[in-house]
Amino acid sequence: MAEPKPVPESYYSDLKSLQAIDFVLVELTLYLDTHPNDLDALKQFNSAAKKSAELRQDFEAKYGPLQQFGQSLSAYPWQWKDTPWPWQV
Amino acid sequence: MWYYEKKLQYPVRVGVCNPRMAKFLIEQYGGADGELAAALRYLNQRYTIPSRVMGLLNDIGTEEFAHLEMIATMVYKLTKDATPEQLKEAGLGDHYVDHGKSIYYHNAAGQKFDMCIQSKGDPIADLYEDIAAEEKARSTYQWIINISDDPLIKDSLGFLREREIVHSQRFREAVELLKEEQQKKKVF
Amino acid sequence: MATYRKWYTPYVSPLDPCPPLVPVSYETPVQLYLGFQPTGMKQFSPFEALAHGTLWPGLFTPYTNPYASKKRRHDNDG
Repeated sequence: MAEPKPVPESYYSDLKSLQAIDFVLVELTLYLDTHPNDLDALKQFNSAAKKSAELRQDFEAKYGPLQQFGQSLSAYPWQWKDTPWPWQV
Repeated sequence: MWYYEKKLQYPVRVGVCNPRMAKFLIEQYGGADGELAAALRYLNQRYTIPSRVMGLLNDIGTEEFAHLEMIATMVYKLTKDATPEQLKEAGLGDHYVDHGKSIYYHNAAGQKFDMCIQSKGDPIADLYEDIAAEEKARSTYQWIINISDDPLIKDSLGFLREREIVHSQRFREAVELLKEEQQKKKVF
Repeated sequence: MATYRKWYTPYVSPLDPCPPLVPVSYETPVQLYLGFQPTGMKQFSPFEALAHGTLWPGLFTPYTNPYASKKRRHDNDG
């Protein structure tokens, strides 16, 4: 049986870029939950969300869908089930 | 509902093949102050907490599942290529006999996950419980860091410990929000 | 500026079986001092934030194994 191909080196750095911007979004989300009137933080949140969407699009084009249930598109054949899963890389 | 995202919150790395570390880390997986208990507690409390902090409980509860997955990833990587003999030497012989290589919701001493999730339905009691839970999880991470010699594992545990600090900070703010006099409009 | 680690020395008995490992430390991280987070706090870049586990340097409290630090200080006693 053929062994599954390991991810290219670029996968790790691209993933980290996405993890970094998404982490900013986690932090701003929790912050805004207790500071709903902080307009600067809200603007930063919206701009980081746009940046994340851009990185996400590039990442998915290279490595396949990040989300399921229709939140990401799939090429043929169905890519969602493909390895590696996050705990394997 | 929830959407799964096919990525970890933080780039988890494991440097040393040391199955004994897995036995310690499992405390934060299925232990009393672990990530599963935290996720279940916040997501259960959110229904009966005042509206202005409902979102916070929901979001921290959700983040805890990302932390659970980080812990599971470390445990999985530390044990997947260990021989039964190595697992036995690492103190995981009992685990192996019952669960094989499967990860399991129990604590470092092998005690099954206890479903006694704290939820009192009193907002202040629940938030003080949550602050205490974050501090307890923070100390557990400190104890694991103290007995770990893998810099890469320590790096991930350092991230998780800092998250407990931020969560504790937000829960403390939630208490302040609920204490506020209702006529007063707070300006940030 | 608050310190994030405190030390104390418990009573040492001449009858203790193990050599004393004193002083003893405990952590007092930033959330004990910050209060309601003020707006506009200085931020890390996204990559630094991920590495530190928080977006704000003002919420970051590093941790190192206290047993590994050779120099133990008496910040307070009790």
